[in-house]
Amino acid sequence: MAINWFKYSAPTTFYGLAGKLIPWFGVSAAILAAIALYIGFYVAPTDAIQGEFYRIIFIHVPASILSMFLYLIMAGYAALGLIFKTRLSSMMATAIAPTGALFAFISLWTGALWGKPMWGAWWMWDARLTSELILLFLYLGFIALHASIDDPRRADRAAALLAIVGSVNVPIIYFSVKWWNTLHQGSTIKFSGTSMHVAMQQAMFTMLVACWLYAIAVALMRVRSIILERERNTTWISELPEVKL
Amino acid sequence: MKKSSLLDLLVLVIRRDLVLAMRRRADVLTTLIFFVMVVSLFPLGVGPEMAMLRKMAAGVLWVAALLSSMLSLGRLFSADYLDGTLEQMMLAPQSLSMLVLGKMVAHWMVSGLPLVLMAPVLGLQFDMSVEALGVLILGLLLGSPVLSMIGAIGAALTLGLRGGGVLLSLLVLPLTIPVLIFGTGAVEAISSGLDITSHLSFLGALLLLALVFTPWVTAQALRISME
Amino acid sequence: MSLDIWMRENPLTYIWLGSYAVAFLIFAVEVAMVRHKRKITLQQVRLLCNAGDDE
Repeated sequence: MAINWFKYSAPTTFYGLAGKLIPWFGVSAAILAAIALYIGFYVAPTDAIQGEFYRIIFIHVPASILSMFLYLIMAGYAALGLIFKTRLSSMMATAIAPTGALFAFISLWTGALWGKPMWGAWWMWDARLTSELILLFLYLGFIALHASIDDPRRADRAAALLAIVGSVNVPIIYFSVKWWNTLHQGSTIKFSGTSMHVAMQQAMFTMLVACWLYAIAVALMRVRSIILERERNTTWISELPEVKL
Repeated sequence: MKKSSLLDLLVLVIRRDLVLAMRRRADVLTTLIFFVMVVSLFPLGVGPEMAMLRKMAAGVLWVAALLSSMLSLGRLFSADYLDGTLEQMMLAPQSLSMLVLGKMVAHWMVSGLPLVLMAPVLGLQFDMSVEALGVLILGLLLGSPVLSMIGAIGAALTLGLRGGGVLLSLLVLPLTIPVLIFGTGAVEAISSGLDITSHLSFLGALLLLALVFTPWVTAQALRISME
Repeated sequence: MSLDIWMRENPLTYIWLGSYAVAFLIFAVEVAMVRHKRKITLQQVRLLCNAGDDE
């Protein structure tokens, strides 16, 4: 079955495809999340040192990984839009940004909640948490810049440049924060030292996939609204059943 | 032949911007005064205990330098943008990256360099040792141009926007964190008697990277903003 | 601090309320906001199309 991928790079065809895919992604995300939680809370054993509190990692780690992953995907789409001038790529970048930012926030929030029982404080200037905070700032900068420019084309291109500069900087920032942390003999939120029990790994991985599927579903939903907005003056939009009512 | 004409262009742009800046001395001075004020606020906020202030000194001075640079960056392109000179610059056959580099250098000479010169005086207020002050100045000398250059990208992206200076700061500050970390790290190191070469080399590396990449990136950002 | 004591005595409740409930709440709010955005965008597009038709 040869799929003409380029057919779907036009907003007109992508709109329909996205609409059909969203329920699949959404439902699978929900099912996998339920499975992950079951494994995480009923199958995985209590940790020797951290007791029950470690179970926060089943949402904390997937959220962190996804926030970083989504940033790169967002920057990738933005770069595609900038270089090849494909409108849909820029729309996807804009659609992904809020989801990525929310995952970064969840990562910070759950990190703080994990820190409280472990370290006694709601916040620890741990290298990973600090880098996550900076990542949140980068997301917010992208969203703010895009929102501040009225002309959609300029907005897409300016935000794309910012995202690319951000991605290049992320390794430098991460390296310097890590270095800063070791210099000040900061704490590292680590695991109990021994390798993780299989069930813990399974739960974490399942939740990671669940969050990823969720992110795709939400991004597709958002991009549909963006397409509607940007293409509102075209005939194909006025022909849509949901517009014709 | 081409090499010397690029250099001539650079000198021309620097000269022009310096002359223009000198006509508006108030702008230059307000940045400096802001720097001094911010630095003076910290002891008022945290108390005059000298031991604590000495520990905080490098951080306070660097953060204040960061914030002052952010404030002054709005001026980098706005005057030329408003009177149409920027458009002419972009239409000119000469390399836009060179022109931008010239503007960055002039901007640094007018905004960054005064901060570097002012810093030791303020450092004394925080009872910093002579070696610490030396490393601070060295770090600021290497780092403040990087702040100007990264900031220029932000200034180009936010050209003519409502959000203005605050938006620019939001975009640029996260990117300047490595400079902050290594600049203050160097001062900490010298205070503990440790080696500072790695910190300063990293700052130097950042400076080189910035010199190579930021003029071109800023030129692209200008094209995006001016279309 | 009573929060500390409560936390140590009810670790699972703390985790559920503090992290998972918050995370799922955020997801729910996000989905609600996206759906709302779609609703008002559709309204605007309909207005635009009807205005065009009326001419």
